[in-house]
Amino acid sequence: MGGVITTHQAKQRSAKRRLIEGSPVMKWLLIAISVIFLGTFLLLPLVNVFAQALSKGIRAYFQSLTLPESVSSIKMTLIIVGISVPLNVIFGISAAWAITKFKFPGKTLLLTFIDLPFSISPVVVGLMYVLLYGLQGQLGQWLDGKDIQIIFNVPGMVLVTIFVTLPFVARELIPIMQSVGVEQEHAALTLGASGWQTFWHVTLPSVKWGLLYGVILCNARAMGEFGAVSVVSGHITGRTDTMPLMVEKFYNDFNSVAAFSLSSLLALLALITLIVKTWLEWREFRDKTETKKPIG
Amino acid sequence: MSKRRNPLPGFGLSLGYTVMYLSVIVLLPLCALIIKASGLTLEEFWRWTTNDRALSAYKLTFGASFVAALLNSFFGITTAWVLVRYEFFGRRLLDALVDFPFALPTAVAGLTLAELFSPNGWLGKFLVPIGVQGVFSQLGVVIALTFVGMPFVIRSLQPVIESLDVEIEEAAAILGASRTRTFIFVIFPMLFPTIITGFALAFARAIGEYGSIVFISGNIPYKTEIAPVLIVMRLEEYNYAGATAIAVVLLIISFLMLALINWLQSWSQKFME
Repeated sequence: MGGVITTHQAKQRSAKRRLIEGSPVMKWLLIAISVIFLGTFLLLPLVNVFAQALSKGIRAYFQSLTLPESVSSIKMTLIIVGISVPLNVIFGISAAWAITKFKFPGKTLLLTFIDLPFSISPVVVGLMYVLLYGLQGQLGQWLDGKDIQIIFNVPGMVLVTIFVTLPFVARELIPIMQSVGVEQEHAALTLGASGWQTFWHVTLPSVKWGLLYGVILCNARAMGEFGAVSVVSGHITGRTDTMPLMVEKFYNDFNSVAAFSLSSLLALLALITLIVKTWLEWREFRDKTETKKPIG
Repeated sequence: MSKRRNPLPGFGLSLGYTVMYLSVIVLLPLCALIIKASGLTLEEFWRWTTNDRALSAYKLTFGASFVAALLNSFFGITTAWVLVRYEFFGRRLLDALVDFPFALPTAVAGLTLAELFSPNGWLGKFLVPIGVQGVFSQLGVVIALTFVGMPFVIRSLQPVIESLDVEIEEAAAILGASRTRTFIFVIFPMLFPTIITGFALAFARAIGEYGSIVFISGNIPYKTEIAPVLIVMRLEEYNYAGATAIAVVLLIISFLMLALINWLQSWSQKFME
């Protein structure tokens, strides 16, 4: 009897599956279209970066990575990222704290301004900074008199990178801190913790994964930023060239192996970003399904 | 009765810092652009934004962005559907790879796509002999923009397809509708608001794109020069007025797109309920 029911149920299930999946021909046709599309536009370009970088052998690969221009561009990128990412982390935490823990007028406007950098073309960002700090403007003239140069120099490149990557950390933290609520912080304060203690031991641990997520996205974008940095850098080889800018220079000089070698480091960074991102999403998914299980 | 005081500290500090940081990083430069733009005479503004070179740059920027967003919508529907509904080998890998265009620096994307479609590249080897020029052409711009905007439609659609009620599809099938009919008349209308939102996101992203295109398009004036590249060209001529005028046009369109996307998102949310 039981066996009859299970086969009946199994039949029903497979009938349902057929309904959802449609005919197998359709299924495999759709899968083929998707695989060809993603394969052509994602997998092939990725594999191609490494294939071209290694096309003249492993020695040529490391030789082009140790060229003085390459080394200085890697240093430049690390300096810019090392300044802009921590600043945006502090900003993101501060903005999320103000927005999620308190009520005040103009909150929506503030959120709009935090999102603004995502919708402005990087080239326009670079132009804005040239207009503000460049020598053709009054502020630029005044700063020049004080011997401070922002445009065609590192400070300008740091500033535009901060602009372009400003929303990432704040955008990740705000929804998480909103859903966590304020009860735990209130409890900590009632029990006699100071404001900073509450922040370090209650707030920060509850958002650490979201924070990490925001940081890796911010970092990836900061390392790869091209348009805005290109406009304000002045392209001084060995001094204001970041890795993406050096890739362009090598490409224009027909040094394909060097361009792809430097690119391979950036592609590797993108892969690491994807892996960490996937891992964090998997963690979140696991935590969610675990909390659904009854306790005990 | 007095309102209960919020016992949490740091309101003044955090809000003050946030506003100051935003003012220095975002508002000040934005004002510099607005001041520069308002210093232009109407005649100047008109000359720099409506000359033939600028017009052909807008046409290419918006045309290519539109075609790329359209391609991404078509393939995005298929891909999102396949990734949610079917089990097959390599599904999880493909799913993780969808975000690749967000993570890969645009310069690297441009470089590798330009190489792939060049006459000696893996794809160009087969495509160039049959007349498909993917490099230094308008098609190249479309290719780069398709890459850059790919994740938007797929990532917008996936949660919506996951939340579709299967019983509706079963009911349609029981009532005698074919699978294709069910998709066109039952499923597609439910997905439509999300598809439009994803399309708008991909389009907005494509309008401002610069890094990937400089490698693949060749930047030939009147032919493959996009608006952001023209801004850079004007800057290199120290023509700040010309650069500003084109930037203002791009900025206004970006803001209109932002408003449209916000409206679309609230519309599709209402539609889902």
